[in-house]
Amino acid sequence: MEREKVIEVEGLVKKFGSFVANDHLTFDVFRGEIFGFLGANGAGKTTAIRILCGLSRPTSGKVIVAGIDANRPEEIKKRIGYMSQRFSLYDDLTVRENIELYGGIYGMTMKEIRPRTEELLNRLIFSQYGNTLIGSLPLGIKQKLAFAVAVFHDPEIVFLDEPTSGVDPITRRQFWEMIYETAARDITVFVTTHYMDEAEYCDRVTIMNEGRIVALDTPSALREKYDSSSIEELFVKIARPKTETA
Amino acid sequence: MKAAEAYNITHRYGKVTALDDISFTVGDGELFGFIGPDGAGKTTLFRIAATLIIPSGGRMTLFGLNTVSRYRELRNVIGYMPGRFSLYQDLTVEENLNFFATIFGTTLKENYNLIEPIYRHIEPYKKRLAGKLSGGMKQKLALSCALIHRPKILILDEPTTGVDAVSRTEFWEMLAGLKSEGITIIVSTPYMDEALRCDRIALIQSGRILGIDTPDNIRHSYGQKLYAVSHPDKYKLLITLRSHLSAENTEPGALRPEPFGDSVHVTLPEGIKPEQVITALAASGLTGATITEIVPGIEDVFLELMKRTQ
Repeated sequence: MEREKVIEVEGLVKKFGSFVANDHLTFDVFRGEIFGFLGANGAGKTTAIRILCGLSRPTSGKVIVAGIDANRPEEIKKRIGYMSQRFSLYDDLTVRENIELYGGIYGMTMKEIRPRTEELLNRLIFSQYGNTLIGSLPLGIKQKLAFAVAVFHDPEIVFLDEPTSGVDPITRRQFWEMIYETAARDITVFVTTHYMDEAEYCDRVTIMNEGRIVALDTPSALREKYDSSSIEELFVKIARPKTETA
Repeated sequence: MKAAEAYNITHRYGKVTALDDISFTVGDGELFGFIGPDGAGKTTLFRIAATLIIPSGGRMTLFGLNTVSRYRELRNVIGYMPGRFSLYQDLTVEENLNFFATIFGTTLKENYNLIEPIYRHIEPYKKRLAGKLSGGMKQKLALSCALIHRPKILILDEPTTGVDAVSRTEFWEMLAGLKSEGITIIVSTPYMDEALRCDRIALIQSGRILGIDTPDNIRHSYGQKLYAVSHPDKYKLLITLRSHLSAENTEPGALRPEPFGDSVHVTLPEGIKPEQVITALAASGLTGATITEIVPGIEDVFLELMKRTQ
């Protein structure tokens, strides 16, 4: 059976003046897949993610996200979830208020929001925090909650930008279990990370270098192809830029 | 003489205890790593070592000099690289270096050979504003500035956080070079695999040290036999292992199966043989799973210590 594509990218080019940030990217992402997006700093990952999230438009090429063309970014934004390490939730609102705010922003009604909020707050890891201000939560809980909020409206795809930066090893594992659960609900997970061992959790991994995709396959196929014992080893082999740029 | 000695360091911010009775020593010329997540207290500890804050309790010396009473002398021998990029964004690369050289009464020329292996990567961009550099280049400039007065000890607070794996590898190669110049290095990182690059490490969590030793000894301190179990259906494998092993795992000593990228790491309860795990997995529909005994990594030990102290 042909797997359903939720992201289709063909010949994507993004230029800033004369600088080519994305140089003819072509790839598909399937429904329910955990898709790892790796690359050195400055390789063009952020530029590509911004286009996929409807925050920036391609210079040329075809980009379809959740069935919507990248030139209709407002429609894309409704169908995706997004979480970054930097900005996640409002520190001066409670957990419950944050959930309701995001549900509302994504166009859910209070009728839909209320029972789901209760369901979320009944989960073991969040149960004691409903009325706690986000600012006073431990980092690990905050990151897991930010993820739960990013998929609260049942998006087709959730984009996670370095979601596990700096968290402790136990939280890091709990976070990946949440990713597995989410993918099992048929929500596609598009994730970036600097922890190379985390690439192994992904169904497929893309590695970018200097604006291009230099590798795209399952972690085990990549290890085999580049004769490496780990993703870290092959990353250092193939993701090193030839020229250092700003 | 020891490069650094800390005795029962405690530090509080209001009611929050950031550091709780921390003691350690660092030998002269040693590359010593503090490994732990955000919020463990690494930055507070490093600011105390860099003579920037006074601990609530306990004391620290660098080369025998107290970090509180002898801070003026110490600042001439410390090279400090804070976690957040703290150079002047509106000065060029070269201007930043000259600025720090002047403060320490030296010149770029005088210590050029020391910083050359690092600085040459960014020298082509020396007329560029520091604020316009990429993450990896900022990191190299900050290290160059920290070295400009030829310090005896480098204190590097999470120099590789948020930096890609390629630049991280390069950075550790540079540190190895500085160590061979006889410079003592104290460095912190949240990346457990980087621990292997250090002579000795301290695992730190919630303001406490969980263990101090060489990376090898830390790995071999793991209490039990550790196995890696693999199967293509990673999520089902994890869930199944949990349900099989967790019931027996209620007695102290046995640990919850944990995902480690391409495999799940498990310890087995007494009397259970590895082959039995494979049989049980096959009975649950996971045929063709493999199990191998492995040498624990730093992160396995960290997880074990976290669970034991919780």
